[in-house]
Parts: sequence; C-alpha cells; structure tokens
Amino acid sequence: MTTTTESPRPAASSRRLMEGAEAIATAAIAAGCRFFAGYPMTPFTEVLEHFARLLPDAGGVCINAESELEAVGMAWGALATGARAATGSTGQGLSLMQESFAEITLAELPLVVFNMARSQGDYFQATRGGGHGDYRHIVLAPMDIAEAAELTQLAFHLADMWRHPVLVYGDYLTAHMQEAVSVERIEFGEVPAKHWALDGTLGGTGRSGIVSPLGFGKLGQPAPGIERHLRNIVAKQREIERREVRVESGWVDDAETVVVAFGTPAKFVRYVVKRLRAEGEKVGYVRPITLWPFPYDAVAGAAAAARTVATFELCAGQMVDDVRLGVAGRAPVVTIGGISTDGSGFGVGPLLDAEIIRERVLAVHRGGPDADLPPLPLNDRA
Amino acid sequence: MSTHIPVGPVLDTTGPPDGARKVGDLKPDLLLTQEHHMCPGCGEPLTIRVFLEAIQELGVAQKTVAVCGIGCYTSFSGTLDVDLVQALHGRAPSVATGVKRMLPDSVVFTLQGDGDMVNEGLQEVLHTAARGERVTCILLNNGVFGETGGHMTATSVLGQRTKNTLDGRDAQYHGYPILIGDLIAQLQGAVYVARGSVHNAGAIARTKKMFRRAFEAQIRGEGFTFVEVLTMCPTGWFIPTADGPDYMTETLGEVHIMGELKVGGVVRSTEELHTENVRRAEEAAAAKARDLAAKHE
Ligand code: SF4
Repeated sequence: MTTTTESPRPAASSRRLMEGAEAIATAAIAAGCRFFAGYPMTPFTEVLEHFARLLPDAGGVCINAESELEAVGMAWGALATGARAATGSTGQGLSLMQESFAEITLAELPLVVFNMARSQGDYFQATRGGGHGDYRHIVLAPMDIAEAAELTQLAFHLADMWRHPVLVYGDYLTAHMQEAVSVERIEFGEVPAKHWALDGTLGGTGRSGIVSPLGFGKLGQPAPGIERHLRNIVAKQREIERREVRVESGWVDDAETVVVAFGTPAKFVRYVVKRLRAEGEKVGYVRPITLWPFPYDAVAGAAAAARTVATFELCAGQMVDDVRLGVAGRAPVVTIGGISTDGSGFGVGPLLDAEIIRERVLAVHRGGPDADLPPLPLNDRA
Repeated sequence: MSTHIPVGPVLDTTGPPDGARKVGDLKPDLLLTQEHHMCPGCGEPLTIRVFLEAIQELGVAQKTVAVCGIGCYTSFSGTLDVDLVQALHGRAPSVATGVKRMLPDSVVFTLQGDGDMVNEGLQEVLHTAARGERVTCILLNNGVFGETGGHMTATSVLGQRTKNTLDGRDAQYHGYPILIGDLIAQLQGAVYVARGSVHNAGAIARTKKMFRRAFEAQIRGEGFTFVEVLTMCPTGWFIPTADGPDYMTETLGEVHIMGELKVGGVVRSTEELHTENVRRAEEAAAAKARDLAAKHE
C-alpha cells in the first residue's frame, strides 16, 4: 500500500492533550494489549509508567521487569497464552533482548516492541533483525504522536495477522512531547483465530500443544522440522515484503532533489520541503512509514527524474544503505543528516531544526551531490 | 589361602527375574511414548516420570503449562502430554511468569538443568523466586553440561573432573559451586524449597512427595516453589553407567545436601538436613543388616 496523503485525523472535539508515551499506552490498551513488561530507561521510561498505571484497570498486567531479558521473556510467556502483549526500551535495552526477539520470531509469536530510541542509529538493529538468524521485524516509524497512536494499534493488528513481531520506532520527542490526540479503537478487520495458543487444558488428552521456535511439535502432530520451518519463516517474510509496505511522499514527480527521512525528523523535512516548494524550488520528499519492509519502489520512482537523492537521518547514516538499494544507481545518493544529541545523549540535538535542515537541503539542491554541506551544528554542552 | 570361585552363572539369565518390569511399563500417562533419547543410567527420565505422576495424581493435568529450557531433557518437550512453551536457555522463569500472569488459575512449572538455570539464567530464577511468582521451578541438577559433552557448570563440585576442568574443579581457579536451593530458600517469596534425588527407590519416593508439596503450595497460591533434583549423568561424569547412583551420593550429594530446605516459609539448616540424612542412612544400613541376619538364620 502506498499513501500519498496525510492520514485522516479525528475530529478536534474528541482530542485530548497527551504526552506521546501516554498516547502509546492508551492506544495499545485500546487495541487489546493486556500484558506489558519493561525496564525503565530514558526516553522509554514513561511508556512503562503509563502502562503500569493504565493496564490493571483494563484487566491487564504490567510488570516492572528486573531487566530487559526478563521483560521480553515475560512478554513471550504472555503471548504464548494468546494474549496481546508488548515490551519495549531504547535501542540500548533492545540490544539485550535480541536473542529472544530472534527466537520469538521463529516461534511465530505476535510480539509488539516499542523502541523509544536515543537516535536513528538503531535503524540497522531494527530493520536487519538485530539478533541471530534470517529474520526481520515489521518496523513502523511514526513521525508524531497522533501517528504513533495509530501505528501502535496497527502494530498489534499486523502482529496477529502475520504471527510476526512488529517494532514501533519512536524517539525522545515521540515519548515526551504533548499533542492533542484522540485514541479510540481502530478496527483493522478480522485477524486469524489463535488455534496455537496454550491454555493448559489439553494435558493428558494426547492433543496437548507446544509453542516452540524449533519447528517441532508434539509426537504424532504434524510439524515441519527445523529446516522447512526456517524456510517457511523466510517465505512469510517475502510475503510481508510484498504486502505491507507503507510510505508517504510529496512533490516527487518533478523533483530535482528528493529527501528521504523517517520518524520525527521526517516531519521537519516535510515542512522544509513544503516551504521550499512554495518558494518555487523543485524538491520533494519520501517518508518510509514501514522501515521494513522498506519502500524501495517508492524511492526508485522518486529517484527516476531526480538529480540528487539525499537522506536526512539523525545518525551517521544507516537508512542510506536502503535508499541506495532502492535508487539502484538512478541518481547519486548523499546523506545530509548526522550525529546530533543533547548533553545526556538522548538524541535531542541542534540538528533537528527546520532552518538548519533547510540550509542542508538547499546546499545539495543547488550544488548537487558533491556540494559542501554547512558544518554540523554542535551542542556546546554535549 | 584358597578362594572359592563359582563355576557357571550365579544368576539365571535365561529370562527376566520374577516380578521384573520393563522400564516402559512404568511410563506415566502424561508421556506420549515410552521412548526417549537419554543415555542409559540418566537421572532425567526418572525425574520427569515422577513429576508427571505427581501432576496426574493431583488432578491438574488439564490446567498445567510447562516451560522447558534447553538441555538434554529438551527432547521431552515433544513427548510430555501437557501444554508446553519452549523457552531459550536460561529464560524459562520469565516465560513462566508471563504464562502464569495471563492464566492465574493454571499450574505452571519450568524444567531446567543446572547449566540453564544456575549458569545462564541465575538472575531469572532468583528474581522469579523473590517476586513470589506462583510457579514451580524444577531443576535437574547433575553438576555438568551433559548436552554439550561434559563441561563444568556453576553447580559442579570441587574436585569434579569435566572437559574444561581436567584436573578437577579447583576453587582458586574455577571458584566455588552455587548451592542454588539454599540460595533460593533465603528469598522471602519462596515458600517451598526442596532438594531430592533419584538414585534409589527411597529417594524417588521422597522426591515425588516434594513435587506434590510444591505443586500443592502453588495451587494454594502461597508463592514461589522450587524442587531441585540431583540426577545421574554417567556420560558427563565419564563413569560406568552402573556407578552413577553411588558417584552421585558421594560427590554431588555430599555438597548439595538433600532434603526439604524450606517448608511453609521456614528455612531448615544444612546441619539439620545432614543429620536427618545420616540418620536415614544409618537406619537403612541397620535394616539391611537385620535382613541379612534373618536370611542366614
Ligand atoms: S549426557 Fe547426561 S544428562 Fe544428558 S542424557 Fe546423557 S546422562 Fe542424561
């Protein structure tokens, strides 16, 4: 699916001023999430706080896990019973969870993960399957709080549709900014019944169940075996790549310079491009909403007539690899973002500034791929 | 001095002795097959039989969920006739937590070895115990990584020879064994902690009682329960199969003292357990001597 317009927003009357972390927890619960476990770490901490406050009243459980390893393990157990369950952290905390992520994917459990990241340098971790083996997680990257609330609900839907983990990639601003949003349950349609879920009732019947990443079942029940199982997972991922691409783009048809960005920075880029267009500059943007599957076709299409494709990322440049794969030599690809952070390393740096982004876009728009970029602004207190 | 050497077999080996049963005849109903992949003399299948019997006798088979770790025993995950989640090495207690929190009326247990629980996942089991999670963690403790071919674990005893402690575990070089049951007994959230074994019929009967008590405490919602079972691993100990039970009691059993370590939230001292074990051994020896004397009369 390709969206080229902004998502429809609910009527102003039903909106409430909410911190992003609260919007995410509220949306997850509206989507039916009944189990959450996490370990506090800035800027993810408030997501955990809101789940801890809201889940018990919704009939769910939120556990302040003793570490990220426990958090993801607990979610694994809850998922095995058929519950909608989630965990999260920053990219650092998610590094600790990767072994479980890899195996949960093989166990085909619909885990939802929230990364309130400290930079966009978790792109590889998120999109390459940061653990062992041939897996990818569906990755949704909201640009603001309203979209975070929407994509949170979509995450639970997609996870159940595909029996596959989905990661929501936010940042400090996603978690901590306040926006007027409305969170009501969104109906995405039916999901397959969870025949595989365990409730303990089949013991001693000869038909007891097993939830395992290893591709084997109970004696006498059909099971693929490990090799076929691994291939099946990859085949499913190919299907997800075909069916679940989401992207927004603007003014790309005649753009000489195309800027690709995701998440919060993409909202800044979109604003900058819109202003430059109003000034008559032929620039456009592509905003991947799913980082995996990556919108290679949209990027290729946008690059067809462009002189330069630029990526703006708040890290040294990771998504640029995917952009190059999409552009496939149709145009030169440069990266105009960079590392930028506050003194605590939470990723709120001076580069996330519309004027500064504008200068950098204009530099490549006027000077082409070899143009000298203005020096990266430095946070003196960093 | 002349020695009497018997001529010919002293036992009739032309058929099974009277009253003998094949191992498969003892298969508990909650196992889908009598076949397994364990080595001869392994203590793990015995332990599995015993806790399955306890589950069945308590009538909770149809509300039980197992969470299995990674070790030799993992090959039972496809043949235990209870709902089962296969977890990662070390992580079963957290997975069990998630299961229990979503199914509070079920009986949830983990099945882990010493490498899984005490090496890889030590913090998991300790936190789960401290949290008073209403699950039962079962430890198959043989003091060695059996599945990888005989390497030292956190519970290997001093002097124990393994593939990576060729001259025996040396405290100065390899550190000391963790007495995990004793450690868990100290945590407030743990209400029942026991260490059994399966090296002879009496031990098996006592271990079964331990499983029953642990599951009963879980069903009553009292808190975390823990049953450690010292199991024979002749392969990983590099000894003849038949020597397993004696080797176990003389090495592992001397360090990881058997008995109920905590009952009803009250911790019992190692000395107390040791005294109890010595008394039991003396009684058994005396009974054996009496039998022998009676036979010769
Ligand atoms: S290696 Fe040891 S634990 Fe593993 S099956 Fe053989 S005897 Fe049992």
